[in-house]
Amino acid sequence: MSTATSASGADKSATETSEQYLTFMLAGEEYGVDILRVQEIKGWDKVTRIPHTPDYVLGVINLRGAVVPILDLRRRFGLEAIAFGPTTVVIVMRVGSGRDERTVGVVVDAVSEVYNVETANTKPPPDVCGSVDTVFVKALATIEEKMLILLDIDRLIGNSITNELVPGVAAA
Amino acid sequence: MTLDLEMAEIAKVFFQESREGLDVMESGLLTLGTTADAESINTIFRAAHSIKGGSATFGFAEVAGFTHGVETLLDEMRNGVRAVTAEAIQTLLQSCDCLREMIAATEAELPLDQGRIASLNSDIAHILGERPQVATAPAKAPAASAEPTAAAPAAGASGWRIVFEPAADLLRLRNEPTRMFTELARLGAVVVRADASRVPLLDALDPEACYLSWDIEISGQIPRAQIDEVFDWVDSQWRAEPIPAGNSAAAVPAQLDPPPEARPVSVERSPAVAAPAAQKASPDSGSIRVATEKLDNIINLVGELLITQSMLCGFADGIDPNELDRLRQGLSQLARNTRELQESVMQIRMLPISFAFNRFPRIVHDLSRKLNKRVELKLTGENTELDKTVLEKISDPLVHLVRNALDHGLETPERRSAAGKHETGTIELGAFHEGGNIIIEVRDDGAGLNKAKILQKARERGLVAPDQELTDEQIDNLIFMPGFSTADQVSDVSGRGVGMDVVRRNINDLGGHVQISSKEGHGSTIRIRLPLTLAILDGQLVRVGKEIYIFSLLAIVETIQVSKDRVNTLVGRSEVFRLRDEYLPIVKLCDQFGIEPDSRRAEDGLLVVIESDGKRAGVLVDDLLAQQQVVIKSLESNFKPVAGVAGATILGDGTVALIIDVPDLIRSMGKLGGGEVTAHAA
Repeated sequence: MSTATSASGADKSATETSEQYLTFMLAGEEYGVDILRVQEIKGWDKVTRIPHTPDYVLGVINLRGAVVPILDLRRRFGLEAIAFGPTTVVIVMRVGSGRDERTVGVVVDAVSEVYNVETANTKPPPDVCGSVDTVFVKALATIEEKMLILLDIDRLIGNSITNELVPGVAAA
Repeated sequence: MTLDLEMAEIAKVFFQESREGLDVMESGLLTLGTTADAESINTIFRAAHSIKGGSATFGFAEVAGFTHGVETLLDEMRNGVRAVTAEAIQTLLQSCDCLREMIAATEAELPLDQGRIASLNSDIAHILGERPQVATAPAKAPAASAEPTAAAPAAGASGWRIVFEPAADLLRLRNEPTRMFTELARLGAVVVRADASRVPLLDALDPEACYLSWDIEISGQIPRAQIDEVFDWVDSQWRAEPIPAGNSAAAVPAQLDPPPEARPVSVERSPAVAAPAAQKASPDSGSIRVATEKLDNIINLVGELLITQSMLCGFADGIDPNELDRLRQGLSQLARNTRELQESVMQIRMLPISFAFNRFPRIVHDLSRKLNKRVELKLTGENTELDKTVLEKISDPLVHLVRNALDHGLETPERRSAAGKHETGTIELGAFHEGGNIIIEVRDDGAGLNKAKILQKARERGLVAPDQELTDEQIDNLIFMPGFSTADQVSDVSGRGVGMDVVRRNINDLGGHVQISSKEGHGSTIRIRLPLTLAILDGQLVRVGKEIYIFSLLAIVETIQVSKDRVNTLVGRSEVFRLRDEYLPIVKLCDQFGIEPDSRRAEDGLLVVIESDGKRAGVLVDDLLAQQQVVIKSLESNFKPVAGVAGATILGDGTVALIIDVPDLIRSMGKLGGGEVTAHAA
């Protein structure tokens, strides 16, 4: 679950210089995830709670016979939780690879756009990066004068599931 | 040894088949001890022969060479030249082990244990007696070992008359008759006459079929084994008989060049014994090999089908019943079909328990020799089927139990006769179905458990309070406690006190249950109850607040409603309740799992009494719902293992429900003392 693998995988599948990102909104900020990782987007539905898990693990759902965990990204990032509304969606993604491959859903405020991001337009994240733990930020990109936060989804989800020791940044 | 890819594929099959062959040899050898009939020796011989043939083909000369020695010995037994002695059987059994290792080493391309091979070779040679080189010499250079090995030719035969009537598919199977004749010609002067009478008219002729048969005369003192070698691949399509001396017809050399001269070769045995004709290479076991992964996929699919069906049923219940009668009919049929389909698919994973039982004759044989005990092993219900995974996981615990029965249970022959019992003890290993479970019993007619000694040891170790009274059954089951052993001496067989508790834990982890009952002087019976499969579970649905959980029915002892006066608190908070003469802790799922229940008071809800590892507890739930079979889904595949949860399943309404891990719940109860857990989520 290293950054290197995910980056090289994306390089092969996209053109040399640009990658496609699905973006979503979370507390007014726009985040991007590698679109090749996104399996589907579905509405919020009731989950079955799982005991002995951190609060950002909302529970599991039945996704066509598979038991899939649902994470709340706001809580994961230590942002203020809000009531789920009509735009609230679950982005179902495939993370990890090989034996570690998992299907996981994350709850976000709303989906936004699909962007082609030129590799040349991305910058490494600065040390201080607002409310998100910088470990999970792969890069920052500028599109139409907006800033996109590109997430390292393998690291974010892998970390959230297997190793809860890395704390989210305290609520802003 | 490097093989190209295709060869490696075929070699893999050879390794697999060799292992199966060795199993056949081993079980055959073990029965030889009691009944030395020709058929069982033949079976063993055939297995050895196939291994030899296969290994020679793949160029594993050492395996082929070693097997040849074994085969020679077996051949002599088969022909009644050699008596079937206990010593010979032991050597052959060791040879099986050695071969198994050789095959494993060859497959892994590791060096062979030459020392062991040499020592067994000399053992075999020793049994074969007079000519040790016969056992090994042809092996070094199979097929064409033309060098004379002994000087004196046996009198009686001057050659062989061979009738070779190949099956029509001879050529299609890539056998080349002329090559075989050339091979024969190397052994001695050959006269070949072809019989073309069966060749049909041209319009009926299949150009790939073989219609010819041959009549071959070969002169010279040639051991039968060398001729066998030539016809190795066309078993049962030929027969040979010796030509008496002075009657040789080796006159005109036929199509083939005659060899320089007949060579004197030692005759291994009387050539008058002809090979048994028409024997099938191996009996068809009627089974196929299927990758477990593929099966698992089908099982998942069928599980989903089942879910769809129950979803549809729920949908139909809400609509006007008059109009939908036919839909209902169709649905009930769908339900039946799905269940049948699921059952038949599950069957694919089912294997007879004989896969686990088969190792025992050998284990008992070896162990009884070592311990100087006389044992008869009886196996019953070997065809009882259970899931492959359960089967694999139950094998080791069973071995442990049988070893224990032999070491601790059965007495020495002297003690047995002193006690008025037959000198030979009996161990019975049986399996049968009961309800949706499989029961495996290990029974011995030995000394039984010494209850006084067990109780004394248990008190010494503080496992039982000094003044505590126990029933006989409770005392017997103390042997499953961790760190418990009554053996006076620790042997390398058993007695270290690790074991029975591990056995019980393994069985509990499979969702099963183990119990022992014993009568002093008359033996003990260990009874294991296991679910037939790990993919489906007979579940009891319970409700706590708004959540639904599932318990395995196997783990539930009973469900009761308790009155307030039977509930007491311990040290302030932990609650216990009285069930007949026992006090059991109350486990509150609402606290364990951090959920909001209808009520926290034990008397308002129901207590599900569960048992694992010999410990019991009452789990407080708000309500009991249906009992149903559920398809077990792993939480780990997309998430991770969760304490107290064995897995998940999907209910008829499409929601996910968690399956309670009873052994884990009971274990964590032990750690936290009394079932009070404060760890809430987050």
